[in-house]
Amino acid sequence: MHKLYIKPIIMQEELQLQIQQLQQQVDKLQKKVTKLQDGRKDQLSIACVSGDLDKILATMIISIAAAAMDTKVKIFFSFWALSALRDKKKSAKGKDFISKMFGIMLPKGKDKLKLSNMNMAGMGPMMIKYLMKKQNVLSLDEMFKTAGELGIEIIVCEMSMGLMGFKKEELIDYPHLSFAGAATFVTDAGESAAQLFI
Amino acid sequence: MMTTEELKKLDVAKSVDARGTACPGPLLEAKKALSTIEEGEVMEILSADEGTKVDIPKWCNKQGHDYLGTVEENGYYKIYMRKNEI
Repeated sequence: MHKLYIKPIIMQEELQLQIQQLQQQVDKLQKKVTKLQDGRKDQLSIACVSGDLDKILATMIISIAAAAMDTKVKIFFSFWALSALRDKKKSAKGKDFISKMFGIMLPKGKDKLKLSNMNMAGMGPMMIKYLMKKQNVLSLDEMFKTAGELGIEIIVCEMSMGLMGFKKEELIDYPHLSFAGAATFVTDAGESAAQLFI
Repeated sequence: MMTTEELKKLDVAKSVDARGTACPGPLLEAKKALSTIEEGEVMEILSADEGTKVDIPKWCNKQGHDYLGTVEENGYYKIYMRKNEI
């Protein structure tokens, strides 16, 4: 009589233990899933370091297409790409000799950018701009305006600014412009579902 | 996917003529126009850009709208979609 009762009790205890272990595993997995969900946002991070017209165009077109699909876009502008953010009407005072030379040698603004191929002393960019107009492609100016309306963020690399001798007051007026370092890009890129280096 | 006949019979709530813009212009215009229609209504996008007829289905798929189909006209495309609740 006694024996008959012991067995079910042991089984119950074992079952409870197994359920407990399963519960712990589920909890662990749940934590991992939330971490993964938080980790990858519907966001595109672009590190744009090229100052060529074609590459800036590609950067802007991809960004606008992504933003039109409601993907958050953050473009990190660094090195040669900074030329595209210079305002042709603005200038800054208090620069040293090398900074001044850089300022003269580098394209002043997006209208002055060169092509990476077939530049032909400015003939190439002229032809591309003519073709773009003819085929109803937005101009770079319009692209920056649209990008601003879509809330595309432009993050400017502080270190490159210093290196090239550019000052904040000579950059274009853009609604979502901020300044940061490489770690900001790394963090943003880590959270993004897609990253590009242009 | 709907047949050309079915697409032509659709009750279109909004028609977006984006034939004057190149990629990604039509997508932008479609996005803007989407807020002007109600859920369940059909929108038609006119585009002369080849890429758009591939891009719009991708966009619909991502946003949870229904891509209904494309009708090829003389020199441009009519792309149909139905707005869903997101």
